[in-house]
Amino acid sequence: MTDVAAPATRRAGNLAPAAAGLGSLVAFLLAAEALIRGDVISRFIVPPPSEILGSFYRIATQEHILARFLLTTGECLTASIMVAVFGMLIGVIMQRYKLVQMACETWVAALVSAPFVLMYPLFMVIFGRNSWAIIMMGFISGLPPVILKTIEGISGTRKVLVDVGRSFNLSPVQQFWKILFPAALPTIFVGLRLGLIFALINIVGTEFLINFGGLGQLIEDLAERYDLAGTYAAICFVILVSVLFFIALEKVERWLRPVD
Amino acid sequence: MAETGRLTRAAARAPMVSAVVLLRAAIILAVLAVWELLAHSGWLYRDVVPSLLRIVGALVELLGHADFYRNLGVTLGEIGAALVVGGLSGLAAGILLGANRFLARAYEPYLYYLGPTPKIIFLPVLIMWFGLGSESKVALGTLSCFFPVALSVAAGMRGIDKVLIRVGNSFRASTWQMVLKIYLPAMRHPIINGVRLGLGVALIGVLLAETKLSSAGIGFLIIQAYSVFDMPRMYAMLIVLFVLAIGANGLVGRLGGLHRIRH
Repeated sequence: MTDVAAPATRRAGNLAPAAAGLGSLVAFLLAAEALIRGDVISRFIVPPPSEILGSFYRIATQEHILARFLLTTGECLTASIMVAVFGMLIGVIMQRYKLVQMACETWVAALVSAPFVLMYPLFMVIFGRNSWAIIMMGFISGLPPVILKTIEGISGTRKVLVDVGRSFNLSPVQQFWKILFPAALPTIFVGLRLGLIFALINIVGTEFLINFGGLGQLIEDLAERYDLAGTYAAICFVILVSVLFFIALEKVERWLRPVD
Repeated sequence: MAETGRLTRAAARAPMVSAVVLLRAAIILAVLAVWELLAHSGWLYRDVVPSLLRIVGALVELLGHADFYRNLGVTLGEIGAALVVGGLSGLAAGILLGANRFLARAYEPYLYYLGPTPKIIFLPVLIMWFGLGSESKVALGTLSCFFPVALSVAAGMRGIDKVLIRVGNSFRASTWQMVLKIYLPAMRHPIINGVRLGLGVALIGVLLAETKLSSAGIGFLIIQAYSVFDMPRMYAMLIVLFVLAIGANGLVGRLGGLHRIRH
């Protein structure tokens, strides 16, 4: 009897925190609704959540949300692929040539904290006011963490694994794909996640600042029209893109390393 | 004998070090040469890549101007305030989530997924709440800084050696004593890492907010220079800002003793 009941109890125990989290969110929204309707919080500053919910359909149909969503997602995806490919490639080259690593690694580390986003006027002059300026902003800002973590991951491969590869007479290419890359993957993904956070911040931020493109521009447009409910709804859409983006990244990570 | 070994190793490293210095010098020279070539080639629009001499001139002029320091003070003040408010609230939230498994499982997923969201999208809302002045910039910086600190501290808290906690308990330490004597010292590195990340995103948040809607600060000066296409001045400000950001990041790491960690 106890054995049968145990999994059910465990399941309930697992669901309780999630239910508490979701319950708090709903309670917060209900409290906000009541406070705004009771004029404790001005509805000219914060619209009632029910109004925000109602404006989802409106901005989805009237503001071409799908096209904007696809544009922002496309920019993020392009920048991510470029960040992943070039970041890992540069990291591998730097790790392979120790002299280059010793000369440049501290510079790359310093660039992680550099506010690249402020270079957007320069990128607009070079690439024009188009998606490529935005993609390049995301690419440049996401690159340093991926380079650093690729170097760290490959350098941290256990010596015994490298020796196993040698004992099988693996070529340098095989050694990389069969030993070094899989061993470095967890660390590389830490860098990728960081790099993509920076890329996403810069892409949506630049869209918002230069009033061009996808969801960033939509927020700016709606805010300028003083469509408060629409602005909040558009913000929710950007949060959704961000969440989906990182869930997809997690799936890719699990797919690439199915066994932990 | 050990001394001899150390000397031999130092001697073996010496040529490598000088090669590193040479390579660094070569890279810097190459970049400067390419820049100067681009400046005089006419391949890009005029003034997009101004000559190095003009940038240095603009830098000297900028650093000799009192107005620059006033705006720099505004930006640094906003970033500092954002770091204090966002850092402390992130620290408190991180400790709470790290200490309580139920709370962590209930609320951490929200922080985890909200963390990477570009906070600049909240600027119109924050302007409504806090107005056009420095407050909205500080609020954006605070919001940016809160998430990396909270997540890093929560993870650091869970990674504390259980022996240390048992030692604290065996001394019957109060909650505050546990926080001050056990948790915080043991979490120094995750906290510093979180603050470094928080500093980076707070800096971006504050500067972006300044470029969008402001009448003071370095972000405002940069967008002003861009609007009159004064590119040498814009580059000069970017150089100063990059140096300050990199320096501040290095300083936070050094204060936290991160440079002594061997990976």
